[in-house]
Amino acid sequence: MPFVSMTVNGVRQEAEVEARTLLVQYLREHLRLTGTHVGCDTSQCGACTVHVDGVGIKSCTALAVEYDGATVTTIEGLQHGNELHPMQRAFHEEHGLQCGFCTPGMIMSAIDMVRRNGYDLDEPTIRKQLDGNICRCTGYHNIVRAIQAGANAMRPR
Amino acid sequence: MHDFVYHRPQDLTSAANLISGNPEAKLLAGGMSLLPSLKLRLAQYSDLVDLKSVATLQGINRDGDALVIGATTRHAQVAASDDVKQAIPALTVLAGGIGDPLVRNRGTIGGSIANADPAADYPSAVLGLGATVITNRREISGDSFFTGLFETALKGGEIITAVRFPVPLLSGYMKLPHPASRFALTGVFVAQTRSGVRVAVTGAGSSVFRAAAAEKALTADFSPAALDDITVDPDGLTSDIHASAEYRAHAIIVLAKRAVASARPQ
Repeated sequence: MPFVSMTVNGVRQEAEVEARTLLVQYLREHLRLTGTHVGCDTSQCGACTVHVDGVGIKSCTALAVEYDGATVTTIEGLQHGNELHPMQRAFHEEHGLQCGFCTPGMIMSAIDMVRRNGYDLDEPTIRKQLDGNICRCTGYHNIVRAIQAGANAMRPR
Repeated sequence: MHDFVYHRPQDLTSAANLISGNPEAKLLAGGMSLLPSLKLRLAQYSDLVDLKSVATLQGINRDGDALVIGATTRHAQVAASDDVKQAIPALTVLAGGIGDPLVRNRGTIGGSIANADPAADYPSAVLGLGATVITNRREISGDSFFTGLFETALKGGEIITAVRFPVPLLSGYMKLPHPASRFALTGVFVAQTRSGVRVAVTGAGSSVFRAAAAEKALTADFSPAALDDITVDPDGLTSDIHASAEYRAHAIIVLAKRAVASARPQ
C-alpha cells in the first residue's frame, strides 16, 4: 500500500493507506479528526473543506495519496491553545450556525475566502464566494455576518 | 471506489511512459470530474497517473498574439491572472464561474477539455477563440478537438500540455449556470477574432458547437441588436429535466446578446 506522510495541524503523520482512500477518510477514520464532516460526499456541500498548503479544498473529492508531503489544516488546527481563531470566534459571537453540521466547512471556506479576497468583504461578495458551502438549516444571514466580522478580525494589527 | 495503483511522475516523459500502452491507466489532473466518477463506480482504472508534479504543465504565458495556458493550471489561477484579464477578459469571467471557489482551487483547464463534458465551460472558449490544443505529440486545432459526448481527438497515451488561445479583438462569455453544480445549462462564448466572428455554444448539445447564423449576423454588425431576428432550431439540442430544447434554443440567442454586450469596450 502507498505510504503517505503529511503534516496535519502541525503534527507529522505517516501511514500506509489504500490508494483509493479519500483525504477526508484519512483525516476522520485514520487520524480520528472528526471535525471535518462529510455531508453530500459529491463535492457540492463543502462540509468537508480543509486547507492543503494554505488553500481550501473539498476533502471528499481528493485522494490522501495526492497530498503526500503536503501541509493540511483542519478545523481542529485553527485555534491557538485555548484561543479560538478569529473566524471561529466570529461564528460564535454572531451565532453563525443552527445545527452546526456545516460549520467546520463554513469556517474553513471563510478563511480561504479571506485569503482570496482580503479582509474587507461586503455582503454580495461573501454570498457569491460562499457558493461551495451549503447550510441546510438555511441560516445564511448569520453566517454572512460572521464571515464579515471574522474577516475584519483577521486583519493583522 | 475500486482500488488502483497511484503514480505521481515528476516529468512529462515519465507520465507518458506510464500511460502509453496501458488502456486501463488514466491521467489525473484536478480530479474534479474523475474522482466523483470513480466514487460512483462509473469508471474504473488499474492505474492513476497524477500530473500534479509535472512542473512544465503549469503556468500562464503571453506569447505574442497568443495566451498559452498550461494544462494543469487551475481555474482559480486563470480567474486571478492579470495576463488573462488583460488579454482575454472573457476567459477571466469563464474561469471564475466554474463550479465554486473550492472546485476552482483544484480543477484544471487540461482536465476540463480532455473530459469534454457537454456542459463544461472551457470547451466553448477553445472553440470560440479558435484555440490550439498542444499535446506531447502534436498540435490539435480547437475546431477538430471535440468530437462528441465526452469524446475528443486525443489518442491513447496522448497528454495535453497546454492550450494556446489567440488573443481576440473582443470576447464575451455568458451562461445560465445550473443552480447546484454551476455547469452551463447553456453557455455562449462570442469572440471577434482577427479571422472573423466566432460563437461557440456549450451545454446545449452532446458537444460544444458553433452557431453559424449568429456568427453571420455578428460579422455584419457586432452588436446585440444584430441578433434580434436570429433564431436557433431546437431540433437536436439537449432536452432534459432542467430545460427543454426549445428553452435552450432561445437561451442561446439571449446569452449571445449578453455576451456581445459584455464584450464591447466600456
